[in-house]
Amino acid sequence: MSAATIVTLPDQATARIPKMNFLTKENGLLSWLLTGDHKRIATLYLISITFFFFIGGALAGLIRLELLTPQNDLVAADTYNKLFSMHGLIMVFFFLVPSVPATIGNFLMPMMVGAKDLALPKINLLSWYLYVIGGLMMLWTMCVGGVDTGWTFTTPLSTHYLNTHVVSAAMSVFVAGFSSILTGLNFIVTIHKMRCPGMTWFRLPLFVWSNYAASILMVLGTPVLAITLTLVALERIFHIGVFDPAFGGDPLLFQHLFWFYSHPAVYIMILPGFGVISEVISTFSRKRVFGYTAVAFSSVAIAVFGFFVWAHHMFIMGISNYSALVFSLLTMLVAVPSAIKIYNWAFTLYKGSITFETPMLYAIGFMGLFTIGGLTGVFLGATGTDIHLTETYFVVAHFHFVMVGGMLMSFLAGIHFWWPKWTGRMYPEKISQLAALTTFIGFNLTFFPQFILGTLGMPRRYAAYPPEFQVLNVFSTAGATVLGIGYLLPILYLTWSLKYGAIAGDNPWHATGLEWQTQSPPLTENFPEIPIMDHEAYDYEWLERMERKEVASV
Amino acid sequence: MSDSTAIAQGASAGAAPHGEHPSYQRHHFETVGQQFDATNFAMWIFLLTEVMFFGGLFTSYLIMRNWYYRAFVEGSHQLSILWGTANTTVLIISSFTMAMAVWSAQMRRKGALLLFLGLTFLLGIAFLGIKGIEWHEKWVKHHVPGIHQYSEQAFLNPASDPEVFKEYHDKPLSPGMAQKTEEYFFLYFAMTGMHALHMVIGVCLLVYIFIRARTGAYTNGHFTFVENFGLYWHFVDIIWIFLYPLLYLISRY
Amino acid sequence: MSHISPVLWQFLVKWLTNFSLFPPEASKVAPQMDALYFFMVLISLVGLTVVILLIVSFSVLYNKKRHPVAVQIEGSTLLEATWTIIPLGLFLITFVWGALLYFRIYTPPANAMNIYVVGKQWMWKIEHPGGQHEIDALHVPIGRPVQLTIISQDVFHSFSIPAFRVKREAIPGRYTSVWFEATVPGTYHLFCTQYCGTNHSQMIGEVVAMKPDDFRQWLQGSTSGNSLAQDGERLFASLSCNACHNPRPDSRGPNLVGIYGSHLTLASGETVTVDDAFLRQAILNPSEHVTPGYAPIMPTYQGQISEEGVFALVEYLKHLDSDYRIQQTLNTTVLPADNEGSPAPGAKGSKAPGEVKQ
Repeated sequence: MSAATIVTLPDQATARIPKMNFLTKENGLLSWLLTGDHKRIATLYLISITFFFFIGGALAGLIRLELLTPQNDLVAADTYNKLFSMHGLIMVFFFLVPSVPATIGNFLMPMMVGAKDLALPKINLLSWYLYVIGGLMMLWTMCVGGVDTGWTFTTPLSTHYLNTHVVSAAMSVFVAGFSSILTGLNFIVTIHKMRCPGMTWFRLPLFVWSNYAASILMVLGTPVLAITLTLVALERIFHIGVFDPAFGGDPLLFQHLFWFYSHPAVYIMILPGFGVISEVISTFSRKRVFGYTAVAFSSVAIAVFGFFVWAHHMFIMGISNYSALVFSLLTMLVAVPSAIKIYNWAFTLYKGSITFETPMLYAIGFMGLFTIGGLTGVFLGATGTDIHLTETYFVVAHFHFVMVGGMLMSFLAGIHFWWPKWTGRMYPEKISQLAALTTFIGFNLTFFPQFILGTLGMPRRYAAYPPEFQVLNVFSTAGATVLGIGYLLPILYLTWSLKYGAIAGDNPWHATGLEWQTQSPPLTENFPEIPIMDHEAYDYEWLERMERKEVASV
Repeated sequence: MSDSTAIAQGASAGAAPHGEHPSYQRHHFETVGQQFDATNFAMWIFLLTEVMFFGGLFTSYLIMRNWYYRAFVEGSHQLSILWGTANTTVLIISSFTMAMAVWSAQMRRKGALLLFLGLTFLLGIAFLGIKGIEWHEKWVKHHVPGIHQYSEQAFLNPASDPEVFKEYHDKPLSPGMAQKTEEYFFLYFAMTGMHALHMVIGVCLLVYIFIRARTGAYTNGHFTFVENFGLYWHFVDIIWIFLYPLLYLISRY
Repeated sequence: MSHISPVLWQFLVKWLTNFSLFPPEASKVAPQMDALYFFMVLISLVGLTVVILLIVSFSVLYNKKRHPVAVQIEGSTLLEATWTIIPLGLFLITFVWGALLYFRIYTPPANAMNIYVVGKQWMWKIEHPGGQHEIDALHVPIGRPVQLTIISQDVFHSFSIPAFRVKREAIPGRYTSVWFEATVPGTYHLFCTQYCGTNHSQMIGEVVAMKPDDFRQWLQGSTSGNSLAQDGERLFASLSCNACHNPRPDSRGPNLVGIYGSHLTLASGETVTVDDAFLRQAILNPSEHVTPGYAPIMPTYQGQISEEGVFALVEYLKHLDSDYRIQQTLNTTVLPADNEGSPAPGAKGSKAPGEVKQ
């Protein structure tokens, strides 16, 4: 299985990283901090989200350690509440939401549409600064004592009953929210206005389509979160507001406003991941993505339907039975495009010529885990079973299958896939395959038992639990250890490869995307001259002709 | 690859390295038209974001108003329609002067541009001033919720506030409802405050534009920034056009 | 190998004897819920198996070694339609099935016995109609539908009994309800599943389902002497509700006899059915719920009655079917001094409200 590979690397004895590229263009800290280059901003983002990922991960580790025993023994209940709140806030707003769009997306979007940069480079840099400011506010919140609202800021708990740092946490999310709005805005403008000659909408790589869909959600959803959190902060400061029933406010209003953003937010998190998977699966099976239009439109369909399902988080909260009915029906509809995608990816393999390099392993892992994550979503979307399963570990397992099993797997797939383009060097193949496998096993061991726990009725956000749940919790914690190793490995060998990795050449995977037709790492302006798109996306025959021509001309 | 050094000079270096482009064209755009299109489109999308932002406030307002209609009516009677109308007029005129400023930039008339920018600036300040007067009045009457001891006196006993009473002859609210006027004023301050924040940002940007316009920055054919700012200004105006009837004219339809 | 540490051994034994994989089915709705659950598990397994089979078989068949040149295929409308329509059909079946279940769980039968639940940080307070109070425990009979009327006095909580497969949010300022019919006697977990602050994980208790005879015994053994309605009556008198809400022709408030379940047209023109939620609103926000013909003079009782008190009043009004009882309370209450219209009969001022019984 491992012998067959599509990788061809240049002769290592003579190959050199191109002298002029976006990394070497200018030197010094300032040239990075004031850069307008989307690839440098993507690099800055990559470093910062990795930092937050490991903070969030460390918090997750502490949570799992506490849950090793049924008693509330490792940390106090309050501390535990802070741990899961900070874990949720950091992972959602400082890792998952910006993960693929702001790093890989930022790096690739202009190259994929054949442009020199995003439409608004300064806005792009501003978005990174907002992210960093938001992140620092969150770290400050954590250092001065943290916040224990859960990432959902449920009122009136958050507005009147807690004495932790709710306002600074809310404002931190507010600022980070604007960072994601600006990223989304930049993508939409770039995709509309910056496509190179010949690049029609249906020649765009599917990565662009899925990021486009996610961008729409960012631009339309995030401001609602911003104003909701502002109202929470105002209510906390002035002790009067629209959410607390004690003053005549409506706590369900908060739920509606919050989930109006936060449900689409899960699509913000997962859609860009879909894009990565499309690229990777196509490349490693040497085939055009099966049903290109269906996959493209299913992304848009998810974005559109995604806005009309928010109340499925409130089935047991006393919304009327009939509105529960409507929202349940819409939830079933939004599940369909995801099914379409999964089967299209599976059929992309059909009659392909498949190899199993690391990105492909992650992508295959993604397909399995996301299928489970998506299908268990149907359990929760069906009103009847939602009553029993919601607010239990079933929900925790479900969204971790989607977010970690789905998004993180696709993020890692993407990082490995574009690593040679980004740095000009290959990652070490064997150990990274091992890491992919470790992640997959660790992940299942961690989160699968949580489905059973949820079915048993174990509530989420419990620092202590009845003893008969312990066995499964021990499995989960053991799995988390394995998972932790699976995540530590890439950071080690990827760092190693920056200096010692094999030189990758322009297109080690023989992939068709425009980004692979330029040097690695690319020039600051991406292409020596603006390309002209004269073929469909994923046209491997075109690539073959091109490569033959090149060989002939040498 | 040799291209990259040339591009490094950027737009700031002036027209010299790439004679075929105007100096204000950013290097990553192919044409000035594309640049204008892109930034203009971006502005529209940003305004869409803003619509959603205010949308959350409007939703809260509509629900609360539906529940506590009496409180909202009597709360709104505390506002001065005179000042509100004056402010609406000021903003509409300022939208006109802003539109004229954009036109002047397009026509490359520096003097007119500076004049209209200046007028818009003054009208913006006037709006904020009037808003300040209104807010101050609320402060004096203890109608600022959350701080400064909110007083329900004017609603429990409308006759205690002869000026308003003379005009509306409001009936006293029940204590429960009178308490809800605080909800009205919370939303009043949240909405007008958020709007005023946008005005302040707008006025600051006007100062920046004015200073740059004096050096002729926008009258050389590159008026995108002025035009986009104009869109922003009109948007803030439109928000007020919604706020005005919702907050001031509740009982008059 | 044979040398397993005794501590570890004990630990393992404890684990394996105290380990569950599926919750007990102890209510009438539980098997119905589980049927749908297993139906969805089945769908998921089939869906997952199909995906895995496709991936594995394609990976083997079209491995680069075995299949060096890919065949380009555009797509297939037929296949697209297949995997749009089949999942959609299955999802719609689960939707309908789930909705039927949902309506069943949240539509209590008319003959259900009502128990009131108040959630607060961090305990559950249960009020039985017979006046039994419980904290963090709920005793119910088997074979009889039980309806819970739930409210929270501070933040969101959620009342969850996994063995019965029911759960309902306790919302501040608003009644919610859920019902179940226990089928198997036993002790089951009661959880708060909505995160509610520091001791969220301690807001747990137990639900004891008992045979009807045992339950009757338990009721008798735990009674506090007064029924909930009697508590309500006492409150009705001590808050001087009866000063206005009485059957006298010149009374200043509407007579409340037989009001529960009736349809009212309010002064605002709104038509309402008098139920628990309406009564609660009318007590706490009277000015919005004025009966035509009466002046809006009733003060708000917001903050003056606990949620349990409101429950007691509601329970009292529910069973108020004759003027006689109000007369009784009138005879024993000191009416406010400014009540010039009606003479205050029986000025036995110092009589404690607790003694107001027939």
